[in-house]
Amino acid sequence: MSDVYVMGVDMIKFGRFPDRSVPNIGAEAALMALDDAGLGIQDMQALYCGNLGQANAMVGQRILQEIGQTGMPVVNVANACATGATAFREAWMSIKAGMYDVVLAVGVEQMGKGLLGGAGGGDGIPKEGLLGSGTMPCVFAEAGMEHAKEHGTTFEQFAKISVKNHHHSTMNPKAMYQIETPLDEVMNAEMISYPNTKLMCSVNVDGSAAAVLVSEKKAKELGMARAVKVRASAMASDPYTDRDLVMPDVNACTRLAAKDAYEQAGIGPEDVNLVELHDCFATAEMLHYENLGLCKDGEAGKMIDEGHVNLGGKVPVNVSGGLLSKGHPLGATGIANIYEICTHLRGEAGKRQVEGARIGMTHVIGLGTACGIHILEKTS
Amino acid sequence: MGESKPLPVVDYLKIPEDSEPYLEGYRCKKCGATYLGQRNVCSKCFARDNMEVIKLSNKGTLHSYAVVYRSFPGIDVPYISAIVDLEGGGTIKGNLVNIDPDPDKIEFNMPVKVIYGDALGRKDKEGNSYLSYFFEPA
Repeated sequence: MSDVYVMGVDMIKFGRFPDRSVPNIGAEAALMALDDAGLGIQDMQALYCGNLGQANAMVGQRILQEIGQTGMPVVNVANACATGATAFREAWMSIKAGMYDVVLAVGVEQMGKGLLGGAGGGDGIPKEGLLGSGTMPCVFAEAGMEHAKEHGTTFEQFAKISVKNHHHSTMNPKAMYQIETPLDEVMNAEMISYPNTKLMCSVNVDGSAAAVLVSEKKAKELGMARAVKVRASAMASDPYTDRDLVMPDVNACTRLAAKDAYEQAGIGPEDVNLVELHDCFATAEMLHYENLGLCKDGEAGKMIDEGHVNLGGKVPVNVSGGLLSKGHPLGATGIANIYEICTHLRGEAGKRQVEGARIGMTHVIGLGTACGIHILEKTS
Repeated sequence: MGESKPLPVVDYLKIPEDSEPYLEGYRCKKCGATYLGQRNVCSKCFARDNMEVIKLSNKGTLHSYAVVYRSFPGIDVPYISAIVDLEGGGTIKGNLVNIDPDPDKIEFNMPVKVIYGDALGRKDKEGNSYLSYFFEPA
């Protein structure tokens, strides 16, 4: 099977674009990624397009209607917040399978404002606030409190994650926000679901990201200088655990995918130089330090207390600003994370550059549940 | 309408004619996994048609929770969204009531009991009342 390389990758600056259409937002990133690869839409053999909000509305084909209707096969994918990573992974698989040499993956989302989620739909009466809460800040607060129960993790430690990611975003011109948020500001912000304050919740934004994936043969033909090798592409659904059906288990799913990813790449967590992981809420990021093996179980609080996950630390996490400050356009996030890692591996990340980065990891969780993990490696 | 019997808030809440309401589970006879509501196949051990219907316990312990301060419009806050492990199997989510929504006062693993009451005055389009379940400190 051919190795697969990212030859072009880019994202738009995340923001709010209520006057634009979803395909129009997606088309912008697609053209940017094509330019980055030095290729045109006519060179693409297939398109995998990730979008959640219009999952039934042929977003991929409508992107091509804006930038070039070549007649190539288009597959639209939806997989909750793992949607972008799923589109990327489908593109990767199609090259692995020997079907294609040059494939485009696009992730795009246009978001409303406000709370996502909600307990129990269906017949009868609304269940939100009656049978607990199904809002996302609450669901991830419950997951964080489970960590607090097992390991004594504190509200302040969760809040520090938000301070870190907001700080990182001040160095990322493509992030939605570039604003420092000191610890007292994070902790005193409006409480949404304890222990997540408003500044510990990801930002609902519009955005898009895209990648051009190529086979080894094609990469050699185009030139390896800026190519990034995909060392692993792993995906897991939620395995059975005792509480999963009532309290979505993002831990078991991540551990399953991480094990697979490390095995594919033939490396361990100690070999990873930087990570973009799914900080949909500050409480979520804490769990994944352990789930991804960046530290031992029970040591996540220490990771943030001692600065190991800061830019300049042992394994910087979310130097892009993460979903907390860069923003979280659901379908775009999984490819935007890949853009961030590739930018570091190419040595093009400017002020937030992780020096000497050779191997990076991306991680996303779509609740319900899907986990997508990619390991990427510098080639030159 | 107001005089009619309340309806169950979820299909696994059972309201017998002549006894107290209770929560119903399905338990896999092969591996013991316990589900809320009807199941034909066990998603833990994959056994088919091997489920028994059980009455879930009204006693449990608090596994995890969050205090919800922002919910959808019209919903009273703050409230405690709680995950409770029931004695003898089954995990269930609901509101923890009759305790301050203050993390300093809420203890992990604290014993709770399942209680039943009107669904906070919520009615459906036909004006029917509903019976819901809640947790309170035991």
